[in-house]
Amino acid sequence: MPAIVVKNLSKQYKTVLAVDDISFTVKRGSITALLGGNGAGKTTTIAMLLGTLQPTAGSIHMLGIDMLKNRYRALERMNFSSPYVDLPRKLTVRQNLRVYGKLYNVKNLEDRINRMAEELDLREFIDRPVGKLSAGQQTRVALSKALINKPELLLLDEPTASLDPDTADRLRGYLDDFRKEHGTTFLMASHNMKEVERLCDDVIMMKKGKVVDEGTPKELIKRYGRKDLEEVFLDIARNTGTRENAA
Amino acid sequence: MTPAFTRVQAVLLRHIYVLRSSPPRLIEIIYWPTIQMVLWGFISSFFANKGPALGGSMGVAAFGTLLGAVLLWDMLFRTQLGVTLSYLVEVWARNLGHLFVSPLRPWEWWLSLMIFSILRALVGMLPAAALAIPFYGFSIFDLGLPMLFFFFNIMFMGWWLGFLIMALLLKYGQGAETMAWALTFFLAPFCAVYYPIASLPQWLQPFSNALPAAHVFEGLRALVHQHTYEAIHMWWAFGLNCIYMCVSLFVLTIAFNGARKAGTLLQSGE
Repeated sequence: MPAIVVKNLSKQYKTVLAVDDISFTVKRGSITALLGGNGAGKTTTIAMLLGTLQPTAGSIHMLGIDMLKNRYRALERMNFSSPYVDLPRKLTVRQNLRVYGKLYNVKNLEDRINRMAEELDLREFIDRPVGKLSAGQQTRVALSKALINKPELLLLDEPTASLDPDTADRLRGYLDDFRKEHGTTFLMASHNMKEVERLCDDVIMMKKGKVVDEGTPKELIKRYGRKDLEEVFLDIARNTGTRENAA
Repeated sequence: MTPAFTRVQAVLLRHIYVLRSSPPRLIEIIYWPTIQMVLWGFISSFFANKGPALGGSMGVAAFGTLLGAVLLWDMLFRTQLGVTLSYLVEVWARNLGHLFVSPLRPWEWWLSLMIFSILRALVGMLPAAALAIPFYGFSIFDLGLPMLFFFFNIMFMGWWLGFLIMALLLKYGQGAETMAWALTFFLAPFCAVYYPIASLPQWLQPFSNALPAAHVFEGLRALVHQHTYEAIHMWWAFGLNCIYMCVSLFVLTIAFNGARKAGTLLQSGE
């Protein structure tokens, strides 16, 4: 059974059709990228997948659970991280992880926090308020919050934003190892095409609220006759190449 | 421990951490009830002692009523503020996104805000009530068990008022923030805090009678003046509170679902 099944999903705001009848599936245990330029509908799609935005039409099944009817059962087994949603800045890293660990009903929470601190290198600042940390440190803390419940499905928005190349690279390695160890499925929105090429098994391309193409990074590069995913992205964004033309 | 209980505990812990990390916030909670108590205590004391010279006299009973009313009114306001500010703290911290994608059910969140508002109100009220004993020889605790019913009903009203304001904030964003401070005070003249319902104009009295707090303050006056506990006031207050709580949770649910439809759930800015 796929981790995510989206069928005929649409979101209409008064006069704007933000997501237009999209369908896709995400395989269990895969890392899939949701790509598209600004206004493509990625954020709207992710918000609907998380249940914070109600679709106008269509269905969403996460881990086999109907999100429109029973989203809390699915949310217990999922998590989310985004540099655009803050963790409470007055609370220390440890306090934040305690609060979110309890929200996700994590067993042996203190052990889990210590393990996260070890693996994501948080020990040095674990008792400092999140608001006093650098942007890169905050991104790591946000990621540790997202992994605290060992989610079966993780939605990531720009997971390595604000990180220096070295830390970003180590973090990608960590996410890949985490996936192998726990079988977690990742759906990530990113503008870093190198990251997507390195990490992702599948790519879903969105434009103007529609899914315009999908496949593995290699398939897409081959289909568009380009040397890397960045060029494919530009082709799609600028209409200089299409799936049909490429085929 | 059930998962629901653990999640309620998580939200409580989150707000306790905020208070612990910020001494000014903690001081502010104690500061206002204490200042109110001191101010009204001296005013009452002045009228009690100098009343005859001013053409009237204010007995000890009226003095007790006034101080009791000050404490109860402040409890109402603090409880409402406890609910509303806990929501606003999440808006200011831009943390709603994480909360709403967690398994925290709305009712668990609301319950934890109610519990936290009790803690907040007690932290603010207890020092003020304790100060009134040495300063004015007035102990609200001497009023006995009925006082518990008064407090319960007053807090009950604070909760549904808090939820109504939360619904407004969800609908109109932070632009409606002043409601957090203003709405309860708008009701003050009709709640018969410092005077009986009968002293209001005839046409306003039904409106006053429809407010749970007005019954609590009538009950307080009966207890202090006539030393009788009029349970009927408490039952009226309780019944009205139950109705208003259902209405406010219904309105809040509509506002929540409306925000989910409009995509404004995570965009609670101005």
